[in-house]
Amino acid sequence: MISLPVPDASATAAPPRRKPQLVCPAGSLRALHMAVDAGADAVYLGLKDATNARNFAGLNFDDAQVREGVRYAHARGREVLMAVNTYAEARDPSPWWRAVDRAAELGADVLIAADVAVLAYAQQHQPQLRRHLSVQASATTYEAIEFYRERFGIRRAVLPRVLTLAQVQHIAAHTQAEIEVFGFGSLCVMVEGRCALSSYVTGQSPNTAGVCSPPSHVRWQEKADGVEARLGEVLIDRYAADEPRGYPTLCKGRFHVNGERDYALEEPTSLNTLAMLPQLVDAGVAAVKIEGRQRSPSYVAEVTRVWRAAIDHAAAATRYAVQPAWSAQLSRWAEGQQHTLGAYERAWR
Amino acid sequence: MMNVHSLPQAAAPRFGLTVGPLQYWWPRQATWDFYAQVADSAADTVVLGEVVCSRRHEIRFEDWLALAAELKAHGKTVVLATMALLAGEPELRSLRRVCEQGDYAVEAGDASALALLSRLHAQGARLPFVIGPHVNVYNQPALQQLAPLGASCWVPPLELALDAVACINPPHAPVQGAGGAVATEIFGFGRMPLAFSARCFTARHYRLKKDACEYRCRDDADGLLLSTTEGDPFIVLNGIQTQSAALHCLIGERDAMAAAGASRVRLSPCSGSFGRVLQLFDAVLNAGASASDARAELATLGLPGALVNGFAHRQPGLREVAA
Repeated sequence: MISLPVPDASATAAPPRRKPQLVCPAGSLRALHMAVDAGADAVYLGLKDATNARNFAGLNFDDAQVREGVRYAHARGREVLMAVNTYAEARDPSPWWRAVDRAAELGADVLIAADVAVLAYAQQHQPQLRRHLSVQASATTYEAIEFYRERFGIRRAVLPRVLTLAQVQHIAAHTQAEIEVFGFGSLCVMVEGRCALSSYVTGQSPNTAGVCSPPSHVRWQEKADGVEARLGEVLIDRYAADEPRGYPTLCKGRFHVNGERDYALEEPTSLNTLAMLPQLVDAGVAAVKIEGRQRSPSYVAEVTRVWRAAIDHAAAATRYAVQPAWSAQLSRWAEGQQHTLGAYERAWR
Repeated sequence: MMNVHSLPQAAAPRFGLTVGPLQYWWPRQATWDFYAQVADSAADTVVLGEVVCSRRHEIRFEDWLALAAELKAHGKTVVLATMALLAGEPELRSLRRVCEQGDYAVEAGDASALALLSRLHAQGARLPFVIGPHVNVYNQPALQQLAPLGASCWVPPLELALDAVACINPPHAPVQGAGGAVATEIFGFGRMPLAFSARCFTARHYRLKKDACEYRCRDDADGLLLSTTEGDPFIVLNGIQTQSAALHCLIGERDAMAAAGASRVRLSPCSGSFGRVLQLFDAVLNAGASASDARAELATLGLPGALVNGFAHRQPGLREVAA
């Protein structure tokens, strides 16, 4: 039997309290401009193809747009993070290598990646480009994060939205990598990078195609007793004529379990961690990420503005409290008009 | 001069049969009975251990080790699996215990396990490890990164098509791992683990908290079925894991799996008729029995769901495609 040393917290502790970077989504150049103007410290974006996890029609950037986005952000002292965070296709991984090269050539500050093949390529061919571990890598422990740091030189890891606050604190205290957490946005109830439900139904998944429950597979059908929303062949939800309808993301539908019809996996809700921002800051979290590259530029601007104020407040004020105006603003943009602390709170335990 | 026609035909290589880790919480006696049956079966390898939820204490680590010893005595190769989703220090402690025992190879369920196993390999650990299906290897360079850390076998992600598997670990130029070529083991039978969450869906269904779940997943030997509003079986809730309601079944894909470089097939336990499932796979894969006859019999065994194979053919996983 061989014994492994348990990492010593004091030897690997992250640096002390600092103001976390506010990282905001840019699905378009307009969203990028608005995020920067609203106070984002960094924006993240992806190319117009399957190399990123928000591969939606009409979204994302071509080379000229990335160049312009980088110019705009850099002129104001902000950073641009490029997500190449799907898994390279076995039959032809070259678009992923090319995406890494483009990130470097177009002046991005950071590459966000999940696939060890993409990380290794970047490490070898674009070593000067800072590497962040994408949430799609599902690194949920400090051992996992240290694995990516030691082998692939990642400087920061984005944590999956499945950990409690105590677990986030524990991870931050035991890794030399910076920690980024999700602050606000659409809630994925499954561990990112570990969900093949979408490919089970449609053949396309976040890992392989950068999409979940893709619009190309959605069908709405008017029936005598209401409206049916299908994904591929599967009935995800059926709405009465007067019921509000949601996009049929497959884990957010209503299904029968033991004869009971309910949201068996997840109700449509949004993650909102404003209330625990001071604890996240105290834990040494290096960055707070806003989800929503697929959302409108107005969403990006307003949510960024609220979080800018909240982070500044949390870092400066000794007594932090969520301002009613912030909550009211965010509620306008929350999916299903409900907020949850998600896994961060005990209710999921 | 030798008559070429009298030469024995090169025997088709035997497919190794692996019994995958038990995904459900079965009563102790049911678990023991299941593995007693496996001990006398055609299975070559048995993967043991709790892979879904650390709250399941019915079978403890020591019990798995005792089972491992029994199965080894029956000539089986035993692999100990680690959990797919780890979240805190207690789970890391369990992981260390699995990785640090030196008697059985370990199957990595996530990158935390890769971290420990690669460190042990660098320190001279004797046994290679298995890259489990929940480690995201989707292309050859990824396998080339991980295999040299000490792997001898790779189980591709469930959603990966056979043509992709062939590109990643080609039969004629396999990726090299610890001590030679990496074997490919295809998930070939059973309900498919499709997703993991921090939330326990079984507890949620019963309006219970995860920390006080009353271990209700014990009530459903093959998971808790979720059907669509029009009554079609869709997925299965198994604690924090979500599975397909249908069973992946590649009994008709013998040649396609061989062409993709697979030398082993994984069968995932279900509560009934599993012994017969093993016999049928062995007969078809290794003794030339008819796949269509075997598949027809499988459909009569009262298995918990329909048989599908879409993922193998780059189709939605819930589809059944003519092999």
